[in-house]
Parts: sequence; structure tokens; C-alpha cells
Amino acid sequence: MADMIEVLLWRGKEDGRYQTFQVPQRENQTVLDVVSWVQRNADPTLSYRFACRVGVCGSCAMTVNGRPRWTCRTHTSRVVENGRLKIGPLANLPVIKDLAADLQPFFEKWQQAKGVFAPSKTRADPVETISPASAPRIAADAAIECINCAVCFAACDTVRWNEDYLGPAALNRAWTLVNDVRDAGNRERLAAVAADGGCHACHSHQSCQEHCPNKLNPTASIAGLKRRTMQAYIRGEL
Amino acid sequence: MNIRLYVLQRATAAIMAPLVLAHIVIIFYATSRGLSAAEILGRTKGSIGWGLFYGLFVLAAATHGAIGLRAIASEWTPLRGHALDALMWGFGVALAALGLRAVSAVVL
Ligand code: SF4
Ligand code: SF4
Ligand code: FES
Repeated sequence: MADMIEVLLWRGKEDGRYQTFQVPQRENQTVLDVVSWVQRNADPTLSYRFACRVGVCGSCAMTVNGRPRWTCRTHTSRVVENGRLKIGPLANLPVIKDLAADLQPFFEKWQQAKGVFAPSKTRADPVETISPASAPRIAADAAIECINCAVCFAACDTVRWNEDYLGPAALNRAWTLVNDVRDAGNRERLAAVAADGGCHACHSHQSCQEHCPNKLNPTASIAGLKRRTMQAYIRGEL
Repeated sequence: MNIRLYVLQRATAAIMAPLVLAHIVIIFYATSRGLSAAEILGRTKGSIGWGLFYGLFVLAAATHGAIGLRAIASEWTPLRGHALDALMWGFGVALAALGLRAVSAVVL
């Protein structure tokens, strides 16, 4: 194992450039550790984002040697190529500064896809019992563990090509709510995901699924939305 | 692509699948029998069946292709909204007109 890693970090906004640092390589070191080492020991003005450091909050995603990854759960030993690490902000999003991408468009699409729970009951009603073995709950559970890291959004070519496309995470979220029997917002939700830029823009090429750190399958969720919107359309509900 | 275009594109694909197969079989039949152009025209002229078969084929292909072109243009060009729809309609109508002209030439 080489003692030093040559680390190229993106500096500035879209028109920035890569700056090279030499960072000591350690055992069990993550890409986030490398970035933090630079910020603490070489350049305190380096901007980047993280919170939990254990793969829960979804705030640390960056482009690492060309691929979007959650940096706090990515060991350098797995991704260093020829002693080098090239780390940039997430793709398909505006850059705020250095390694921090602006996630506003990502979350706006989450809203556009009606990714917000619409309650069908009030607090006066009794709590509804939902069997974990019921088919809709199984479908929702398969897609529910999203940490909003935007790795899939950065990995999706359709997001890059079509600025109106809602993207894998927002559509995956919509699919969990479509399968939530307590939700009352599905008419609007299906209409939102069936519009131009919705689920039918997806090419099903599974880059989102390949990159999702939580091993979710947005492609399958989007295929579910395509089926569900088709049924609604044929019934004249869309 | 919205749900209406998506359903139309799938539906026209489903229509075309058997028509393409039949079309290939017809070509194979005509060439293997060594039919001349005059003999082929003799069978197609005035035939309602051939007119419907290829008329439907042309309309399905024009619709399918125009929607596909719109999807490609939405990803590879800056065109948006009405400009995309204008491209789709222009291309689709032109394809349909050219195709129907060809069909009318062998049927009428
Ligand atoms: S499958 Fe769909 S959402 Fe996933 S990366 Fe491909 S186009 Fe994007
Ligand atoms: S679906 Fe996966 S990659 Fe996409 S935001 Fe959620 S956790 Fe991240
Ligand atoms: S810092 Fe929370 S997921 Fe990486």
C-alpha cells in the first residue's frame, strides 16, 4: 500500500478547476476521511457537506473517480486508481462551491412528483393497522429506504439530457406513496408523474439502480409507475 | 413524454409488429415467385384490402416515428413545449402524406 494518495479536489464553482493534494493513506480510511484531512490539515477553506458519517443522512455524496458515491461509506482502498483519487461535486446539479453541490433542483423535483404524504385521516381517527405482508406494503417497503443522497440523480443520463425529467429518486418516492394505503393524494400524484418529464421519460437503463448506495431499485419503481399510470389512463382517470 | 404519447406509441408498436411480419412475408413471396411490377400492380390496383393494410401501416409508422422523434429531440436539442409538438406534428404529417401517397399509387 502506497503511503500517500494523490488527491485531486474540485475548487470553485462550475468554472473552477482541480487542485492536487498529497494525503496520507490509512487503513479503513473513507473518501470522506480524505476530504476532511485536507480541510483540517491543508486548506481550511475547502467546502463540502456531511453530517452522520455512517450512511444515514445522505449529505456526503460526491463524484469519486468519475462515479457518484456516498463518501462516508466508500473506503479509499476500493476506489483509488493508480494511487489517485479525483473528487468533485455531484453531477447534474449546480455547484455551490468546491465539493458542495446545490440540491435545490433535486428536492424541487421531489415536490413536483408529489413526494409528500397526503393524509386520509385525522388525528381523531384510530391508527390504521397495515399488514407488513400485504402486497402494497411489500412494494412500498422495497423502495422506502431512500436517504435522499442524489447519487442516482447524478448517475442518470436522462436527468442530464432532459432538464424537465423528475429523476429516479423523486419517482421512487412517488411509488412508495402510490403503494401507501393511508395516502389520499394519488390522483394528483399519478397525474404529476404521467406528465411530460415524468416516469415515461425514463429509459430503464438502470444506472440509478447500479449506483444507489442503499441498493434500491428506482428503475423497478418507475416501471411500476408506468403500469399504474397506464391503468389509470385506460380507466379514464388521467 | 406524457402518458398519452406513451400509450399511443406502445399501441402503434403493437399494431406494427404483425404488419411488419406480414410485410416481410409478402416481399419474400413476391420476389421468390419472381412477380413483375406489372403483375404486382395488377393485384394491388383497386384492392380495398391492400389499401387498408398499407394505409394502416403508414399511419401507425408515422405516429410511432413522430412520437419517437419528439422524445429524442427533447433530450438532444434545446426544443421544449410547443416547439417539440410542432416538430412531432410536422414530421408525422409529412411521413403520413408521403406514405399515403405511395399507397395510393399502388392501390388507386
Ligand atoms: S433507469 Fe430511468 S431513472 Fe434510472 S438511470 Fe435510467 S433513465 Fe434514469
Ligand atoms: S434512491 Fe438511492 S441513490 Fe437515489 S437518492 Fe435514494 S438512496 Fe440515494
Ligand atoms: S455523511 Fe451521512 S450519509 Fe455520508
